[in-house]
Amino acid sequence: MRSILLLLTVCVAVLGGSAHAQSSRPGDIPRLANGKPNFSGVWQSLTTANWNVLTHGASAGPPEYGALLATPPGYGIVEGDSIPYLPAAALQQQRNYASRFKEDPELKCYMPGVPRANYMPYPLQIFHSDSHLLFTYQFAGAARIINLGAPQPSAIDSWMGVSNARWDGDTLVVDVSGFNGQAWLDRAGNHMGPALHVVERYTLVGPDAIDYSATLEDPQTFSRPWSMRFRLLRNPDTHAHLMEFKCVPFTEELLYGDVYKRPQP
Amino acid sequence: MRTIQLLFAALPFALACSAVHAQTARTPWGHPDLQGSWSNATLTPLQRPADLKDKEFFTPEEARAWVQQRLAATSADANLERDKASGNIGSYNDAWTDRGNDIVPTRRTSLIVEPANGRVPPFTAAAQREHEANLAHAKAHPADTPEDRYLTERCIVFGGGAAPMLPEPYNNNYYIVQTPDYVTIMAELNHEVRIIPIDGRPHLPTDVTQWTGDSRGRFEGDTLVVETTNQKPHRHFYGVQMLDSVMSNDFRVVEQFTRTARDQIRYRATVYDPVFTAPWTVELFMHPQAGELVEFACHEGNYGMRGLLSAVREEERRAAEGKR
Repeated sequence: MRSILLLLTVCVAVLGGSAHAQSSRPGDIPRLANGKPNFSGVWQSLTTANWNVLTHGASAGPPEYGALLATPPGYGIVEGDSIPYLPAAALQQQRNYASRFKEDPELKCYMPGVPRANYMPYPLQIFHSDSHLLFTYQFAGAARIINLGAPQPSAIDSWMGVSNARWDGDTLVVDVSGFNGQAWLDRAGNHMGPALHVVERYTLVGPDAIDYSATLEDPQTFSRPWSMRFRLLRNPDTHAHLMEFKCVPFTEELLYGDVYKRPQP
Repeated sequence: MRTIQLLFAALPFALACSAVHAQTARTPWGHPDLQGSWSNATLTPLQRPADLKDKEFFTPEEARAWVQQRLAATSADANLERDKASGNIGSYNDAWTDRGNDIVPTRRTSLIVEPANGRVPPFTAAAQREHEANLAHAKAHPADTPEDRYLTERCIVFGGGAAPMLPEPYNNNYYIVQTPDYVTIMAELNHEVRIIPIDGRPHLPTDVTQWTGDSRGRFEGDTLVVETTNQKPHRHFYGVQMLDSVMSNDFRVVEQFTRTARDQIRYRATVYDPVFTAPWTVELFMHPQAGELVEFACHEGNYGMRGLLSAVREEERRAAEGKR
């Protein structure tokens, strides 16, 4: 019995040692045991793209919230700083903008869709092993299983789409489709439809930074494919992990308040 | 030179280790590999049905008969006409439900293995009073606001998405991903992801509570042990298997995940909450499931909540009219 215990102890030491043997040199990127880049970590973008993916100045929020809900200014993330909408889609964006404080899916705690989930002002956390890959988002607890195996078609239309990944050298290329077309791109009402097809590229450019780009194709909404790019930065706090942000309870009065039973005055 | 000597010294151990490790699939960093798609669907109920009295296990013959009877009794399709006659307009059909086709492989008559009677222990006297007050409130206020309704109806938490992970009537599918520092368990229901750090970091401060609590894990031998605290108390917490319960701030669950076979994870969870007169333990088994998890966008499609609240308002309006 004692010899088995000893053996197990040594096993832990040997295996633990082999895991630590992959520790990287400065400037290197973290890698999995199979040599692929390791995207595990808590990440967040430093953009203001969730307010508007295009370059925008500051603007007011609902008056009762003063500066609290104002839109901060920022440079855009879209190549060429314009979205090639078809005429009807451009009008839809204007209608969305006008009703943004009522109709933005974010307001209702709906899942943010792709690519919006990646540049919300909240963290995302990636869990990456040699065989599996899971993206989790703090906002609304959205999640994406990233399929590393043979590509799978989408079984149903969904908010976050179906993600099939492949490697292009050290770049993770994720093909996302099967959307329901209800997500927006930002709080400014930029949008897309159910025909959306997104190709994302994730490239570690150091231990703590991912260069992200996405090409969006939707012939029902856009006159041509277009791209966005920005950087995701690692939260270096070793205790950082996503906490629960279940926003559903915060939206119930907003969504159903008109059919509440109110105490009689 | 010393490195080479060490290498040779380690070699026999490495070979012996590979023999030990052959029994359990391992991640590259040496943890038991629990990753992939699993299901915990089962026909075994949480609590032992009263008519089974002190019968803890079925014989194989009894199990076969009970499974057939249970499948027949729970089939919405087969019972459509009977349900209609009793005023049930029907909801989920058999294509939707996912109770599995068998009981747990131990042939136990309940998921609860402790206490031995297979039942959730009684509440303490104080908790019983709270429970009765909750029931009275629910009767008087069935749907004033969503907060009167179950967490599942509100798309906040389902039984499978938090500790203890109890099966629900549908979508009992899970997806596990591991890294050296985390085990994550995604439940298909409500796209819940349990993020479980296993690197020894402390729990959240006690005054920070979450709907799914705060879980910390560790491997004890080949068993993943997960302790969950910081639970936001709620009377509708445990999913449909245990509605209208009571919960305290000291709620704590200890779970054990053990890959007992290539096609099996044994799951045990013990609930410690001073509202109960004793701790209680469930045991169930997860099996690999083919196919991908699909997105369960519950809140985004929750037309039922508006329908329910507005229907109750209409009933109240008619009742008030009738009184006039």
